[in-house]
Amino acid sequence: MSEIEQARKALVSRILEGPSKASPSQRRDAFNNSGLAGPLGMLVDKVAKHASRVTDEDIAAARKSGLSEDQIFEIVVCGAVGQATRQYDAGLTALEAAGKE
Amino acid sequence: MRLQILDSGHGFGTKVLFALIRAVSRQPVLDVIKLVKYRPDFYGDPMSKITHEAMRGPCSWSVADRELMAALVAKTNQCEFCTKAHSAVAQRAFGNGEKVSACLVDLDAAAIGEPLRATLLMLRKLTSENGVDADDIRAVLAAGASPRQIEDALAVCFSFNVIGRLADAFGFSVPGPDAFEAGAKYLLARGYR
Repeated sequence: MSEIEQARKALVSRILEGPSKASPSQRRDAFNNSGLAGPLGMLVDKVAKHASRVTDEDIAAARKSGLSEDQIFEIVVCGAVGQATRQYDAGLTALEAAGKE
Repeated sequence: MRLQILDSGHGFGTKVLFALIRAVSRQPVLDVIKLVKYRPDFYGDPMSKITHEAMRGPCSWSVADRELMAALVAKTNQCEFCTKAHSAVAQRAFGNGEKVSACLVDLDAAAIGEPLRATLLMLRKLTSENGVDADDIRAVLAAGASPRQIEDALAVCFSFNVIGRLADAFGFSVPGPDAFEAGAKYLLARGYR
């Protein structure tokens, strides 16, 4: 495994399985962008699909739903890393397919 | 910054470091630094390791090429902070500002090598459409990039698809050009660690 691959796996393992304020299921759902309802689900979906459209109100709504700033920090990080991971994996899969044919 | 903890929730030692950065650079501490220094064991340390390896590790793309890839991914995501930050680094690394802006404005017409152009086009598609297929990769290979170079470019793309999303979600403030110039000098001298 390349150094980058090892480092990427370490990041994903840290944010999903290491000690945190958000629950493991919240972090996993944010990473997968699935299963989160309400303001948190909307925030994570925006982070994944068009982060430039996230607003102050999106973060305020997540806070009002009872989350602490630390939990929001962790969940947003998981959402961003999850989407970037899917993009990266799609690129690697295409590279492998291009080499086979 | 939309979360107060990211702006001012750091420990005493980190706050001293920020004061030093302000004193030496005579610029505000960039929000990206505040993010990686907040609870660094969670995100900043493991992420910086990836980004440093992708941007400064052994690679047949030059540092300038990789910074240009970062700027292009940021521009595709409409992330103003990262586009300005990495355009500044790429311009300094190439020693040519026009080349960078030409790529960001019209990639098809920019005066760059074909392997780099094809790679940038593929990264742009992957970033905007969240996927590429084997034909997209074959076009990059046909332009002269190696499988290894494609893999290395995908790692740059990964880093900046994470960082750009966080910059926009957390609402990084976008400072003036002097702050980005100071940041670019630092990133070229020291990297991302």
